Formats: sequence, structure tokens, C-alpha cells
Amino acid sequence: MKPAPFDYHRPTSLAETFDLLERYGDDGRILAGGQSLVPTLNMRLATPRAVIDINRLPGLAEIRATLDGLVIGALARHDEVEASALIREHAPLIAAAMPHVGHAAIRARGTFGGSLALADPAAELPACVVALDATIRVANRRGTRAIPAAEFFQGVYTTALAPGDVIIEVLIPRAEPQWRDGFDELARRNGDFALAGLAARVCLVGGAVRDARLVFFGVGNAPVRARQAEAALKAAGDVRAAQRALATELQPPGDIHGSPELRRHLAGVLLHRVVGSLLGPAS
Amino acid sequence: MTVNGVHVARDVEPRQHLVDFLRYELQLTGSHVGCEHGVCGACTVRVDGKLVRGCLMLAAQADGCRIETIEGLSESGQLSHLQRAFRSENALQCGFCTPGMLLTAHALLERVARPSTPEIREAIGANYCRCTGYHAIVRAVARAAELRTGLNATDAERATADGSYIGRTVIRPQTARLVAGRGTYTDDVFLPRLAHVAFVRSPHAHARMTNINTADAKALAGVIAVVTGRELATHCDPWVGVLKNYAGMKSAPQYPLAIDKAVWMGEPVVAVVAESRALAEDGCARVEITWEPLPPVVDAEAALGPGATLIHPELGDNLVLEAKVNAGDVEAAFREADVVVRETYETGRHTVVSLEPRVVLADYAAADETLTVYHSGQAPYMLHDILSRHLRIPEHRVRVINKDVGGSFGLKIHTYPDEIATCALAVMLGRPVKFLADRIESFQTDIHSRDHRVTAEVAVRRDGTITAMRLDDLAPVGPFSMYPRSSVVESGQILRTTPGPYKLRNYAARGRVVLQNKTPMSQYRAVGHPVAALVMEAMVDRVARELNMDPVDVRRRNLLTSDMYPYSAPSGLFFEKLSHEESLDSVLALANYPSLCKERDSLRARGVYRGLGLCVFIDLTVPGAQTYGTGGARISSQDGTTIRLEPSGKLTVISSITEQGQGTDTILAQVAASMVGVAMEDVRVVTGDTMVTPYGGGTWGSRGAGIGGEATLLTGKALKENILKVAAVVLDVEALTLDVRSGQIVDARTGEARMPLSELGRIAYFRPDTLPKDFQSELTVTRHYVPRHQPLAYTNGAQLSYVEVDPDTGFVKLLGHWVAEDCGRIINPMLVDEQVRGGVAHGLGDALWEHCVYDAQGQLLTTTMMDYLVPMAAEMPDIWVSHVETPTSYSEGGFKGAGEGGVAGAPGAVLNAVNDALLPLGARITRVPITPEVVLRALGKL
Repeated sequence: MKPAPFDYHRPTSLAETFDLLERYGDDGRILAGGQSLVPTLNMRLATPRAVIDINRLPGLAEIRATLDGLVIGALARHDEVEASALIREHAPLIAAAMPHVGHAAIRARGTFGGSLALADPAAELPACVVALDATIRVANRRGTRAIPAAEFFQGVYTTALAPGDVIIEVLIPRAEPQWRDGFDELARRNGDFALAGLAARVCLVGGAVRDARLVFFGVGNAPVRARQAEAALKAAGDVRAAQRALATELQPPGDIHGSPELRRHLAGVLLHRVVGSLLGPAS
Repeated sequence: MTVNGVHVARDVEPRQHLVDFLRYELQLTGSHVGCEHGVCGACTVRVDGKLVRGCLMLAAQADGCRIETIEGLSESGQLSHLQRAFRSENALQCGFCTPGMLLTAHALLERVARPSTPEIREAIGANYCRCTGYHAIVRAVARAAELRTGLNATDAERATADGSYIGRTVIRPQTARLVAGRGTYTDDVFLPRLAHVAFVRSPHAHARMTNINTADAKALAGVIAVVTGRELATHCDPWVGVLKNYAGMKSAPQYPLAIDKAVWMGEPVVAVVAESRALAEDGCARVEITWEPLPPVVDAEAALGPGATLIHPELGDNLVLEAKVNAGDVEAAFREADVVVRETYETGRHTVVSLEPRVVLADYAAADETLTVYHSGQAPYMLHDILSRHLRIPEHRVRVINKDVGGSFGLKIHTYPDEIATCALAVMLGRPVKFLADRIESFQTDIHSRDHRVTAEVAVRRDGTITAMRLDDLAPVGPFSMYPRSSVVESGQILRTTPGPYKLRNYAARGRVVLQNKTPMSQYRAVGHPVAALVMEAMVDRVARELNMDPVDVRRRNLLTSDMYPYSAPSGLFFEKLSHEESLDSVLALANYPSLCKERDSLRARGVYRGLGLCVFIDLTVPGAQTYGTGGARISSQDGTTIRLEPSGKLTVISSITEQGQGTDTILAQVAASMVGVAMEDVRVVTGDTMVTPYGGGTWGSRGAGIGGEATLLTGKALKENILKVAAVVLDVEALTLDVRSGQIVDARTGEARMPLSELGRIAYFRPDTLPKDFQSELTVTRHYVPRHQPLAYTNGAQLSYVEVDPDTGFVKLLGHWVAEDCGRIINPMLVDEQVRGGVAHGLGDALWEHCVYDAQGQLLTTTMMDYLVPMAAEMPDIWVSHVETPTSYSEGGFKGAGEGGVAGAPGAVLNAVNDALLPLGARITRVPITPEVVLRALGKL
């Protein structure tokens, strides 16, 4: 299990990165944390002609608060995000998700931007950024653009990134006080990819559900925003109704770890548990 | 970069990952490679102070970084508390995971001074250990925390007053090396001109090769040879995995590389030898094979059905063996039964996943026609014999060496075609060739086991007495019966042992062993017992439910009692003496069973579904010649030990028993030290070299203590007699008046020291001229032992599992596991505990997680450690062990085996516990692994 040969480049500027991406086109792969790419290389599931290591690009690992919200640099490592007081304060949903992302040694290398760029449908962070209405800022030779998270994830390992694009940072809107965040997942073993997971946000005003974001992962080709369940929750404020709506709107794929029925069922259990606890014991 | 504080500047190939760079370029072999996809944690190193998976970072990325490995951290003393605690708790067996585990634990202790058990379990849950079951590791980390914070801990116990170490916990001497990353596993051996082989493997379960084009691969720079099956067959004779003691058994010849037709996905078909493994894989990618897929035989029933595709048409059908047992009057017992209970159980295909994969390094010296093979194995003489015969090299020109072995569990006692091919390639090429299975290859080609569908039926009287049993086992075993141990023993064991603990005398069983196009199955730790015990104990619990009786009472009513021994069971087994009643009592007391029952019941009332499951089991240990010898397999059932008194009074113990982490080295040293009368630290043990050790079978079938221990005992006794003869001559007294104690010749009556052994050695070796002319000292002694009085030494025990089932998610949480084990006379209680715990962990894997899943085309879907789920620390329970000692009277030592009983009882205990938890919900499960899907389907929720 050794990778096929490739060229290795370690650009020190974005301009140099764009040059390399142009030069290699589809045969070049960006290496960030490498926690998914390197095993893929080892198994020869990917055989790029070049690996473009962006780990030493300056200025892309910052986590900072702005007037609009929180900015997480694409190269911020998971363990830095996990330990960040800013994240805990401004994006508690992400703070809650981080311990579920692999194990410590994986979090020491894996990057925030890398997880989004990979777009593994069972991964935690894509679901979180969708739930948070985050914006993903992307740069290429021609300039930068912002892609709403809801439009970013398009399928299994498929995103709105175009050839030549590099994720620069992720903008998370400032948390509003009425919103409560909940996160949980069901994985066979600690650190495994989830059979089903839920990044949930509920806006409570005077005890009533004013708004909700229910984003499931591990149950579709990409993070799945359960709009019917959200609607049921807003209309009835009732978790059971949301569960019933969810059962009809989720169409999970099946694999060796779980059938579609199992994943759908577990998503419903998570909805009950996570949202139930956000709404308080009364519900 | 700096590595352990030393500046290192090298050009590296971009594709080389960090751990390969450390291991192969810097020869820092303490960091190990277990999966190369970031799951197992064996390659964990520190980069700029942070734990990193060495297989998930390119070496080039570490440019300018500060790298720390087990070697550097050991030398700097940063791990010393942990290393000491790991040794004293025996928190390592084979030692292969240990460097990564130590680094992970160290990072935790740097973060949290006194971590809780769940914190420890979560942290080390990132690292896979196949040996320990994690319990001892958790304790060691907690103990290291105490050591760091100033609390004291005791180390090795000293010998008792009479000088005997037998029955004493002694810390394993070899773990000093292993905790420092100084083990030498086979992949740590470097030879000049070493070539590497990789194999093109069949992507199909069943397919014909109509054309093989190797030209492109041969043209690649760095490729040394590309060899097809037909070419290799001229250097290696095929083998047939048939045992004559199974009447009617058949299988087909197997070649090291498939010729014309491949019969399982992963079967090796073309070998590419190159200057590096990566180049060999590049070569493999350039071999073009035209495949003509054939219909795959996947399902066992279909394999026997009319019109089934025949995997080996020359055999006439796909049936390897149909075996039957008939005893008593089964029909009458069923006619007269008050209640009949019938059920079909399915146990999932399981594989071994030793953290160190299979690895062989073969070196052929054409000048003197000698083949030297470094092999990660358990039975070096068996491999020696096979290489000699199938590669046609005279026996005395073959040498097989086992270096440290990173776990084996029965994986490494079989003839794997890629390993034999590697040896044949070394002969063809006249240079050393290494094959190291990667993790995907391991899943595809390591033996699998435990794939059974068993239908059982018992006849019961109203009072709970089980009077008869019918059993039908269907066992698909892959496309060949493995060589030389065959693939029928597991089914045979299920037939013979299922009703083993119980008194019932009417028993009819049928076992059918069937060919199919999946990875070959064969013997793996606790052969057949986990399936047999699961079926029997699940049936006993069914009986209890049907009759509304307590499961403990049903067992007490039916178990063999202490007054019944020696006992011949209806299936033909012989039990010298077992201890079912005491073991059951012991495990119930150990767990405080009544209070657990009370807790379960009170929680049940609150909607928390907990369950308790018992599993009584028997276990085969110490197999004699009847297991393989009478079947025609050239596998030694006798073993030998040589002990040499060195001039300084130290002992060198050389044994044919082998060591893979169990601690056989240590128990042999304990026996030798005790029998001769020296301190443990004055004994060194040499194993695993067919040019050096006596002839013997090695370590498998829980035979190390029962056979190797006894051989060592006899040798030690004989050496002591010889020592006393020399002492008697030197001191001019009767030998009978002398004894050896603590390395001294002493007066046997008073204990007064007469002469140190070093003085005796000096005289015997360097000044024999001072001894009488007709006296010759014999201070190197060899004795052999084979069990003769019974074919096998059966042992027994009982296990209890406590679980909680989440009826919403179907998840099962293991809350605790208790084992009472009777392995005869115990040599080292700590090592027995750890054998039991490690075994239990394998069984818990069977119960909940591990499963080789195939699709309908015979494609193995679980080829990574993300798909095949091994037990990790965070999900494992504490495992508590008690002992009952029923020594065998057939040997002087009274030792039986302890290596497999832990596995035997665990799946059945968990299945019963889960079913107990589900009882109020009206659901019942009859298969393992018990996945969330299985639970929720049983509950009707999917």
C-alpha cells in the first residue's frame, strides 16, 4: 500500500499555488491536513501527477472574530479550532462537533478548509457550516468569491469548487442570542464516521420555535437540510411532528455500516434527542 | 528536520510517508506500521510536540519539523513512569502497538494529571491493540499517573522462600525492550540486496485468466522480476490441505500463485519483485491480465445445491467434508421430551487483524544452497518442513527464524501462498526477498473464520433437564482447505464440543464443510469454541425462558458434576477433570451477581434495558498427536527444551515453544529457574530458530505451558540432578545431601551455602582436570515432552456479561465482563489474566463489531480498518478474572492451557446478555455480530 509516484510542490504564496493548479489541472491535488488525501494516495485510490502542499501558505490558519461574525482560516487545524475560546463563544455548534472529528492525532493535522473541500457526506463540519449559514470564501487566479454553505456541498465528495479554486476561509455569522445549538451523532465506535448525525439550531422566542436549522449528515450524498422537519417544528413546535416529516423527506443511501432504513431511523432518534433537549424538558 | 534532537537532512521520494522514512531511511524501527490509513495508531509519532499519524503525513512535509519517536522519548526518560507501569501491569503483549500507545498515553498525562478511566479509554481509544483487551493498559496509564504524582508502586515479585516462581506473578523480562521501541520484528530486519515483492491479486471472486502480459511491468526501472503462477510452479510443488483423520475429506491442489483461474478475490496471481515495495506496486499496476469472470459460489446452501458451479470440477462437488456424530437414543429422547426448543444461529465471518501483518523475508544463498527465512510466525518447524518439501531443499539447508512477532492468534500457523511464493522467489533470484502484507491484503488473504449457520434443537424435561440435542452446522470455508491444518477443524470442534459442559447423553450432529469463492477460512484462536458455546448457551437460556426458570438453575441442573470424572462425553471427548460448578460459583461471586440482577431489575422498571448473560464453556488445550499427526500433517506435537548452565551460573533456556507476546518466554524461565534453583534474572530464553532450538510444534492450541512448560520442567529437573552430581564430586559428599537454591549449592537439610553455581561452572568448564578421570559433567540437558494420556487437555470456565441496550438506537454498551477460568496449575497469574482478557476482547469483537462482509458477487467489502471494526478501548468494558485451579494429573507440572478460553465464552455471554435486556421488549437475537441494525430489526423498528 504505497502511493503511486507524484511530484511534490510546496508553494509559499497563493499566486504560486494558482500557477501549479493551472499547470496540473485535474492531475494536481491540493494537500492540506492530508488525513483523508494521504490514505487515498496510499491505497492508490487517487493517483495525481502532483501533490500541491498548501500547509505553508501564510495567513490562512487564523481564527478571528469580526463585526460580522467569526472567520476560520482554511488551514486552521481541528485541534486549534477545538481549543479556541472564540469558537466556543461564537460558534458553540462547531465546538460541540469537534470532539467527534476523528481522534486527537487526526485533529492535530486535519484542517477546517480541508474537511469542507473533501465534502465527505458523513463528516461533521460540512453539516455545521450549513446549519450556521456560513459562507465559504474561495480564491482563484481571477479573484475571490463567497459561496454560501448551502450551495457549496453538491454531492459525495463534490463541491462548488471549480478547477483552480482554493478555500481561503469560512465566515460564520455572528451568533444571535435567541438561537440554541445542539449537536450529536451516532457512530459505532468513538471517532468513527457517524451512521447518522445532526447539527441543529433552534431559534426560540418566548418558548416558541421561531426558526430552525436541522442539518443531518451520514444520511445523504451531502449534508441534508431537513426543511420539512424544520417546517413541522416551526408550525407545531413539536418534535414528534418533525420526526414524522423527517421520515418522509430523508432518502439515505445504504452501505455495509447501515441500511437506508437504519440511517433514517437513527436520524429520527437524533432529532428527538437533540432538538428535544434544546426545547427543554417541557416538550 | 530534527529527529530525536538530531539534525537530519535527506532527499526523499515525494510519495514516502513519514513513518516509512523513519523506519527505512533512518532505521528507527520503533514506530510501527499497522494499517497505513490512519486508523490503528501504531505509527504515532510527535511532530512539533503534537501527536501525528506517521502514515498520514508525507516525509517531505516534515521538512524543518521537530520529530520525536519512541526511541528518543525513551532515551530522554520522558516515558519512564509509563514504561514502568506498562511493564508491571503487563499492559503489552506482543508490543507492536506499544510505542504508539505510550505516546498517546503520554500526551494524555501531559494534558490531565490524574485522568479518569473514561478519559483514559477515550484517549487510548485512538490506538488499536489486539492482545490485551485494553484493561491492563487503562490500569497502567492510571498507575503511571500515580507514579508521576509521587505515589509508589511495587515492581516484580521475588521468589517464594522455597525458590519457586511457579504460581507467582513475575514481570516479563522481554517487555523492557518492547516498551523502549527496541523490539525486532521481521520487518525490522535489514539485509543487503534486499528485494521487495508485491502481488497482483485477483479482483474477482472466480475468474479465468485468458492472458497475462508482463512486458510493461518488466520494462519498469527498478523491477527485478515479474513471475506468473505457471513460472513459479516449476520451483514449488503444490499442496493439498487434507487431514486423513477426517474420513472422506477432500480439497484441491493449491499453488503459490494461481494458474489459469483465480478462486477468491485477493488470490495472488503474479509476483513483481523490485528494489522497493513502492516500485513493486508500480510494476503490479502495469501487469495486464485478461479476466473472464466465472459465476461465483458465495452462499453455502447454493454451493451444495443442484447445478451449483463447481470451484474444482475434478472434485465432483463443493463438499469438503460431511461429518456426523451419533450417540445415545436421540429420537426417543425427543419423543419423550416435555419441551423441544429449536433455533438457528448465525455467526459472522471474522478475521484475525494482528497488528503486525503477515511478513516473511527469505534469503537464499546459492553458494551453499541454504534458505534462511525470517518469518512472523508461530510454528517455525512446520514452515521449515513445508519449505523443505515443497521447494525441494534438503531439510538441513533450511533455517526458519522468528524474530519478535506482533501478534498471531492462530493467524500465523498456516501456509499462505504469497509467503511460499516469496521464499520460492528468493530461491529463483538468489537474493533476499521480503513480503509484508499491507492491511488491505491482510483482510483479503489472512485466514477468516467463524462463518457458521448452526441449527440446534434440544429435548427438555419439565424440570429443566436437557436430555438430548440435535445440531446441524453449515460451514463455508473458502475455495481451498488450508494447508497443512485444513479448514475442517472448526466445524469438527463445533460438532464435538457444543454440548460439552452438560450431562446430556443423546446427541446427533452433522457438519458440512463447503467450498465457496471467498477468502479461505481456517483455525483461529479458540477454534470453533466461540460458536459452540454461543449456540449451547443461547439454547440453555432459551430453555430457561421456556420453562420460566432461572438461567443459573438450568445450568446447575445440567452441568457435569465433580463426581463424574474422568468422563467420556457422547461426542467422543474425554475430560480428565473439569470444574464447572466451582467456575460458575466463582464468576457469580466475582461479579456479585445478585446485586447486578437487582440493579438490572430496578433500572428495567425505569425503562433502562440492561441484561446479564452467562456462558459456560470448555476449551481445547495441549493437543497431542491425535490433532494433526494422525491426520498425516507434519506438525510436531512434542516439544523440547534445552537448558545450559553457563560458567557464571546463569541459565540459557532454548525451547521449541515460540513467543508472540503471550509471555511463553517468561513462563519457561519461571519453570526453569524454579526447577534448577536460580533467580529469574539469571535466566535467558532463546526461541524461534530452527537451527538452534530442539524440534517442536511451537505455540498454538494453548500448548506453551502444558507441553513446553512440562518439557522445561523435566529438563530443569534433569539439569539440577547433573549439577548436583558435579557438586557431589567437587565437595566429596553424596549428591542427595545437596540442593540448589538461589544460585547456590546448599546443604539440603540445613540450607547452608556450600558453593555458588559460578564456582561449579568454573570448575566444570575450565578446570575439569581437577575432577576424577572417569567423571564427565553434563551441564547442557535436553528433554522433550508430548502428552500421551489424553488426546487433549480440556479446560473450562464461565463468563458473565453485563450490557445495556438502547432500544431507540439499537446500540449495545458493554458495562462489564467477568470470567472464571480454570487452566490447571497456574505458572504466572498475571499472564493468565491477560491471556483471558485479550481473548475476551476477541470474543467481544465477534459479538458486536467484527464482520467480513461480502456482496453477492463474492467481493469482500470490508477491506480497511474503517470498514472492519475491531474493538477499541472506548467501547470495551473492564474485564475481571478469577481462577479455579484443577491441575492435570497426567503431567508433573499439572499445567493446561490458558490462551483461548477467554474467546470461547465471550460472544455467547454477550448474546445472552443482550437477549436478557431485550426480554421485556419481546425481542430475541440469534446472530452475531449484534449490530444496531440487528437489534432494531429484532425490535421491529426497521
